[in-house]
Amino acid sequence: MGDKIRAEELAKKQRQVSVSEFFVRNRHLLGFDNPVRALLMTVKELCDNSLDAAEEMRVLPEIIVEVKQLAENRFVVSVEDNGPGIVKAQIPNVFGKLLYGSKFAKLSQSRGKQGLGVSVSVLYSQLTTGKPTKVISRISPKKPAHYYELKINTQRNEPEILIEKDVEWKSEHGTKVEIELEARYQKGRQSVDEYIKQTAIVNPHVSITYITPTKEKMVYKKVVDELPKEPREIKPHPYGTELGTLIQMLTSTTANTLFGFLQNDFSRIGGTTAKEMCHLAGLSGKENPRRLDNVSAEKLFNSMQKVKVIAPPTDCLSSIGEELLIKGLKNEIKADFYAANSRSPAVYRGFPYIVECAVAYGGDLAKDETAKLMRFANRVPLLYQQGACAITESVGDTNWKSYGLQQSGNNLPAGPAIIIVHIASVWVPFTNEAKDAVAHYPEIIKEIKLALQDVGRQLGFYIRKNVRVKEQQERLGLFEKYIPELASSLADLSNGNKNKIEESLLRILKKSIKDLTENGEREQG
Amino acid sequence: MAKENKVKEELKEFGIQIIKQVDKGKNPMIKVPIRALSNVIYDKKTKTLILGEKTAERSFFNVAHAKKFLQTVEVASIIKRELLETGKHSSLRDVFYMAKRTIPGTNVNLVDDQTDTDKAIEDLEVVTNFSREQLNVNANKNGSVVGKVVIEDAGDIIDWGKLGSGGWSVPSNVEDIKFKKVNAKFIIYMEKAAVWERLHEDKFWDKNNCVIISSQGQTTRGIRRLLQRMYDEYDLPIYVLVDFDVYGIYIYSVIKYGSIALAHASEKLTIPGVKFLGISADDVIKYDLKKHFIKLDDRDYARIKQVSEYEWFKDNKEWQRQLKMMKEFGAKVEIQSLSAKGISFITEKYLPEKIKNKEVLE
Repeated sequence: MGDKIRAEELAKKQRQVSVSEFFVRNRHLLGFDNPVRALLMTVKELCDNSLDAAEEMRVLPEIIVEVKQLAENRFVVSVEDNGPGIVKAQIPNVFGKLLYGSKFAKLSQSRGKQGLGVSVSVLYSQLTTGKPTKVISRISPKKPAHYYELKINTQRNEPEILIEKDVEWKSEHGTKVEIELEARYQKGRQSVDEYIKQTAIVNPHVSITYITPTKEKMVYKKVVDELPKEPREIKPHPYGTELGTLIQMLTSTTANTLFGFLQNDFSRIGGTTAKEMCHLAGLSGKENPRRLDNVSAEKLFNSMQKVKVIAPPTDCLSSIGEELLIKGLKNEIKADFYAANSRSPAVYRGFPYIVECAVAYGGDLAKDETAKLMRFANRVPLLYQQGACAITESVGDTNWKSYGLQQSGNNLPAGPAIIIVHIASVWVPFTNEAKDAVAHYPEIIKEIKLALQDVGRQLGFYIRKNVRVKEQQERLGLFEKYIPELASSLADLSNGNKNKIEESLLRILKKSIKDLTENGEREQG
Repeated sequence: MAKENKVKEELKEFGIQIIKQVDKGKNPMIKVPIRALSNVIYDKKTKTLILGEKTAERSFFNVAHAKKFLQTVEVASIIKRELLETGKHSSLRDVFYMAKRTIPGTNVNLVDDQTDTDKAIEDLEVVTNFSREQLNVNANKNGSVVGKVVIEDAGDIIDWGKLGSGGWSVPSNVEDIKFKKVNAKFIIYMEKAAVWERLHEDKFWDKNNCVIISSQGQTTRGIRRLLQRMYDEYDLPIYVLVDFDVYGIYIYSVIKYGSIALAHASEKLTIPGVKFLGISADDVIKYDLKKHFIKLDDRDYARIKQVSEYEWFKDNKEWQRQLKMMKEFGAKVEIQSLSAKGISFITEKYLPEKIKNKEVLE
């Protein structure tokens, strides 16, 4: 009897932990573990969403980012875009509910993914300041602009609307979000400034106006008037699907037979392949997918991995391209030499991806420091966890010495260089939810290295040629210094005319520059 | 002086040849005979080591040569201007300091150390065919002489017999010395200053009507030239007295045949008629010096092999016998070991006997 009472008491205490509550306790998982990073994450999530939205609407994104400092640890981040806006009914859900998003579980190349980012910022804001988040959005000049002030009910994971009204707004369409938060602003490698600058480099079609906490206005104008190719959504490929995902897909499918489910809901599965998979799993294919038990699902999952399926389509990806990579770099980095390489699409675990690299060398770049590595995933700069990233490992594993840079061991090379690596994929394998670093898939590392080797070769060719030219100039310079000395010695020795000898020597120098590389004394027998 | 004028003209001509090339728009070039073993030949006719025909071309517009070229011309100009035209002499070290400076607009020194100027001077010697001394550049003096000779040097009359215990130190340039009175009948050159002092104290030169001369270690150019002049001008026999070891034999060899480093100056330095007085292998036996043996080491054996293979020793039966005996002894002997028989044994018995009996090697 006693046991039963105990269990009932315990049952009273057991309750569902809401997603919101979970993230309150585990905010480090999403990158909100310190005030410096919280500021960056907030700017980043807002910008990513704005850029995705504008691109989806096929307009050239123009965004205005402002970071205002209210007190030492108190900031307001506001991001305004010219995107499609959000329909009135959705505004509270987009900002006031975690894991609510249009892009979740959708396989297409976009910046945001889990529908987590913005609402986590909203949550962080209300946790640290108690203030609501302010949103203005408008979908068309014919419609009014809607203004919201809202918070998240952390227990129920539901939006809590404080103010809701129509307002006058200058923009025809777009969204402006204002989030107040406890944060710290600093410059440097992992700053908001760096994030904006790097974003401008790999998004040459984007215009960003950035007003810093010190009221400096930085304008990054677009350098191309063309939007990147629109990424296409693709269905999951059987090789990249996990068992849990498969079970979820089975329950939510609209297909009436397993056979139809396989063909409709996956890419690259045709009739023959679907039959083979069912056969291998001991299923007829006529089963109702929504009623498939877990044992059969697992059998199906295993057979799906065994049957040979051609790689997923890769035309769904949108790369930056060599030309635009160089254009973007040139616009922000003053260097003497630029090179880029865009690989053909490749596939890991059923997910298509593209690797692109670029290098800037010389010019204003610091000579004796480690080369700067800029990592990007789906056009988003990765500023944290450089050491844990597959991109960093690939750069370190590349032999830069043979391309004219210095390098000790498997470290990043040293020299006046910036190295850019971009991975575009429908599913970039990050090592954590904060999306800081790319996971170490051998096939991805191999692709990155191939791209690096290509730009490395171009760089090496340039450096070698340039060093040759420089050496020749130094040599010339030396002779120019020696000539007056020789002329005066000769004039002195033989009562000659110093100026005349000097002129003759200079003439010979100009004539025989090419022969000056010859070394060693020639012996005559 | 007429001779200095000749040297000056030769240096000037050296410059003019370069200017002519420059005027023609040619990369100026100096031909320098190579001074290395590969280009040294033993001339059987004159019995001296001479420089071969191999030359190196050094051109100005060549990264590897430019600086050397400039150094050679600059040193020529300095020697002409600072020494020959003023009639002054300087040391090798002085020439280095006169040439040393930084080339304007660079951090390059015209010469980095004395070997640069020393080499340039050697180049000028082979290019102009004048010796270093004739270019008014002297080496450090080293060595002493006493004996029955009176000379005139820089206006002073010097009697080599009236210079106390130190004797006359031999300058590096002996070209302008005039011999006033030569009563000596022969000359003994010895490698060791200590032996020279023994002979001087015992008035060996006075009793035996001769000249005794020494330098510590390698024979200087000044001494070699002085010996050569007395040999050529007064027909005085010259005897060499060295340790019984392969290095002593090589000192004799250099005086007689010349050396690799100075093959270009052989004509002015070698004395083919010079004779080896001692210590010989036969002396070792005759004067019972075996108890003073010093064991040969590997370097000694290697050097014996080299020397015995020199062209001028290769076919000389007597020298092959001497070197063979040295190897058989496995030992060498110093001159001073004679002192074991009494401090003046060398002056009273050894030398007079050897000279009287003509116990010499050639």
